Amino acid sequence: MPSIDLIANVVIAGLLTGLVYGLMALGLSVIFGVVRVVNFAHGEMMTIAMYCAVVLFGAFKLDPFLAVLPVAAVFFGFGYAMQAGLINPFITRPEHSQFMLLVAVAIIMVNVLLMIFGPSALNVQVDYQLESYEFGPILFDKARVLAAGMALATSAGLFAFFKYTNTGKAIRACADNNLGAKVVGLNVKHLYALTFGLGSACVAVAGCMMILLVDVVPTLGPGYTLLAFVIVIIGGLGSMPGALFGGILIGVSEAMAGLFFAPSAKSMFGFALLILVLLFRPQGLLGRKP
Amino acid sequence: MSALLEIENLDLYYGDAQALSEVSLSVDEGKIVAIVGANGAGKSSLIRAIAGIEKPRGGRVRFRGNEITGQESYTTCNQGIGQVAEGRQIFPTLSVVENLEMGGLLPRARAKAKQTMDEVFTMFPRLAERRDQLAGTMSGGEQQMLAIGRCLMGQPELIMFDEPSLGLAPTVVQEVFHIIRTLNAKGITILLVEQNVAVSLKISAQAYVLENGRIVMSGTGGSLLHDDRVRQAYMGL
Ligand SMILES: Nc1ncnc2c1ncn2[C@@H]1O[C@H](COP(=O)(O)OP(=O)(O)OP(=O)(O)O)[C@@H](O)[C@H]1O
Ligand SMILES: [Mg+2]
Repeated sequence: MPSIDLIANVVIAGLLTGLVYGLMALGLSVIFGVVRVVNFAHGEMMTIAMYCAVVLFGAFKLDPFLAVLPVAAVFFGFGYAMQAGLINPFITRPEHSQFMLLVAVAIIMVNVLLMIFGPSALNVQVDYQLESYEFGPILFDKARVLAAGMALATSAGLFAFFKYTNTGKAIRACADNNLGAKVVGLNVKHLYALTFGLGSACVAVAGCMMILLVDVVPTLGPGYTLLAFVIVIIGGLGSMPGALFGGILIGVSEAMAGLFFAPSAKSMFGFALLILVLLFRPQGLLGRKP
Repeated sequence: MSALLEIENLDLYYGDAQALSEVSLSVDEGKIVAIVGANGAGKSSLIRAIAGIEKPRGGRVRFRGNEITGQESYTTCNQGIGQVAEGRQIFPTLSVVENLEMGGLLPRARAKAKQTMDEVFTMFPRLAERRDQLAGTMSGGEQQMLAIGRCLMGQPELIMFDEPSLGLAPTVVQEVFHIIRTLNAKGITILLVEQNVAVSLKISAQAYVLENGRIVMSGTGGSLLHDDRVRQAYMGL
């Protein structure tokens, strides 16, 4: 039986990682909640963001916390263009053709990454990576704390955007009543594209933070896509706080599984949680009843 | 007398099903014009086609002489074509104020949105009392007032009403008709689709009868009100 201190350390590390997961899932949740398109390339976009951080670090010694800005900006533009150019024409088509479109995009992304970077693991080596804050018996990895702080700040910014800005409210209006949005003359296609851009920017920030915590290989993508789904379903489809909360739960459960079983059993707890939620609270922990 | 809205030979299809065929009509500035027709005749389709929400396959729509056929609704709304849609189409999880704000985001209305909202609150004190309530939790009558207020936020010159009295209590129905006449007296042109055929013909200067997507009859409101066929088919007399 591991000591209480060890458990506390592991839970806290899991919670901090979970906030980064939560930000990634938030991106998926926002896109689905508004555009009603499931971004099957979400995890692949996460890995691309991780590679962007690696490249910027390698080329310019740019700290991932600074890389967040250019990477998020590029991802925003990419997400906007993808929705406006590629997905909007598919919106009225049957769901399986949207699905095929995004799965195709995902597969292309993985293979392009393999072509460029090869299959071996890459990471960044910042000097604060080995530092930690100490509170009695509990150690907080500095990089992990900062990454979680960035994820939290980005999420808070997004919440504020949706609550207080005209554009944010207009996006919520589109999600609430698409026909109503057209009736009052909102530019629905533009707002959809903005939403996809924002969801992509969330992934960009999450990816830049994640590279401080794990090494990246091109094949991480599908796993992250699945993880984002699991989180969003556990937290509640369309609930923004739910995505963060689900991320924390998954982060902690992965860490616990690693501690009590084996690191390879990491996702087991997450899926067990998913099954429990689907059985007993299908709308998700913070989701509204349909 | 100039026509504010002119429609020529408008054809609209849903897939292979034709919803409008060769619809032509004109709405004079400052008037109330009624469209009468049975369920499924194509009244709502006509309104959505004018607004640019449905794309017509043929024909033309002109507003103030400018062709707007097939333009997106954010363009038509910004030209001054407002709509109080069938089923109200409010935003249920947005507050009353947020709903109104959404109507005032059009470039033509944005600068004056604060002032317009005060006017809307003066006109509908009930909305002012419930400004922070989620729109979806309001009564049907209140939601209809909200839909009208939200439309006014866009500074429309023409308002297309699609069955604004549907499902409302008789006193509220009277209030809705009163509001329509008040807005018209302020100079806003009205295109009115109403279940309540007798009242709508009574207050309209011009009226059209739509049957299976075609205009089959037109005339002044008064003349249709006394037309035997109209009385039989739409007023059950
Ligand atoms: N989105 C749609 N897709 C396919 N068919 C539609 C659609 N909307 C309307 N229709 C069809 O077009 C025809 C006209 O419908 P519309 O709603 O315009 O009639 P309406 O005159 O407004 O009827 P009501 O009085 O019941 O509101 C109907 O046959 C209807 O079934
Ligand atoms: Mg109708």
